[in-house]
Amino acid sequence: MTTESYPLGAQAGSHGNWLMKYAAPQAFFPLAGKMIPWFGTLAALLGAAGLYVGFFVAPTDFQQGEVYRIIFIHVAASWMSMFIYVVMAGWAALGLVLNTRLSGMMASALAPTGAMFTFVALWSGALWGKPTWGTWWVWDARLTSELILLFLYFGFIALTTAIDDPRRADRAGALLAIVGVINIPIIYFSVQWWNTLHQGASVSLTKSPSMATTMLTGMLLMALAAWMYSIAVALWRVRSIILERERDAAWVRELRGQE
Amino acid sequence: MSWGSFGNFLHMGGYALYVWGSYGVAALCIAAELGTLARRWRAAQRRP
Repeated sequence: MTTESYPLGAQAGSHGNWLMKYAAPQAFFPLAGKMIPWFGTLAALLGAAGLYVGFFVAPTDFQQGEVYRIIFIHVAASWMSMFIYVVMAGWAALGLVLNTRLSGMMASALAPTGAMFTFVALWSGALWGKPTWGTWWVWDARLTSELILLFLYFGFIALTTAIDDPRRADRAGALLAIVGVINIPIIYFSVQWWNTLHQGASVSLTKSPSMATTMLTGMLLMALAAWMYSIAVALWRVRSIILERERDAAWVRELRGQE
Repeated sequence: MSWGSFGNFLHMGGYALYVWGSYGVAALCIAAELGTLARRWRAAQRRP
C-alpha cells in the first residue's frame, strides 16, 4: 500500500491509512467496481430464494388468503426505504464534518434507490390496503409519514441537482437529509404512537415473531436481497458520479485513454 | 405450498390484481432504475 499521496492517512496509523486511502474517489472507484458483481449476484440469488419461499413454500394465510403474499415485497421495500435514508443522512453528516468528497457522492448515489423503494412500499401498501382495509389510502400516521419520506427523497434530489457547484450541492443536500432524519423514528413508531389502520410490527427484537417461520424466512430473504441490490446499485451510481465530477482529473483522463 | 396448477398460481386465490400488481410494479421500478443507471454510466464514460 502506498501512503505517500495520502498524508492524512499516514498520520492516522495503519487503520486510518486504509480508510483514508479509500476515501479518495480515485482509489474507491476501482474498489467499488470489483464489489458490484458480488453484491449484484447475491441480490439475484437471495431475491430468487425469497420469491421461491414466498410463493412456493410459505402457506396460505388463514385470515387474508393469498393476498398476504404482498408482504414479501412490501416489508422489504419499506425497511429499505428507511434504512437507505438513515445511511444517506449518515454519509451526508460525515461529509459536513470531515469535508470528504466521497461522502456527498455516496449520499447522492443512495437517494434515487431510496425513493424507488419508498414508492414501491407505498404502491404495494395501497394494493394490499384495498382488499384488506377496503381503501387504497388513508391519511393516517404510518402512511402519511412514509409519503413524507418520498417527498424528502424528492426534495434532496431536486435540491442537489439544482445547485451547479457539487460541493455546495452536497452541503445543502446534507442539511436537508439530516433534518429529515426526524421522520424515520416517526414512521417506525407511528403504529404505536397513534391509532392507525396499519398493523404493528410483525417482527421485533424483543418478542418472537407473530407469523409462520416460512413466511418470516421469505421476508428476511427478500429484505437481504433488497440490501444487496441497494449496495450494488449505489456503488454503480457512485462510480458514475465520480466519473462525472472528476472528468477533468488526470486519473480519469488516463482511465479513458486505456479504454 | 402446492398450487395444483399454473392457473391457480396466477389466480392467487382471487387476489391476482393486487399481488401481481405489487410485484409487477416493483419489477418495473427496478428495471427502470437499472436502465437509467446503465445510460448514465455509459454517458459518464464517454464524456470528453
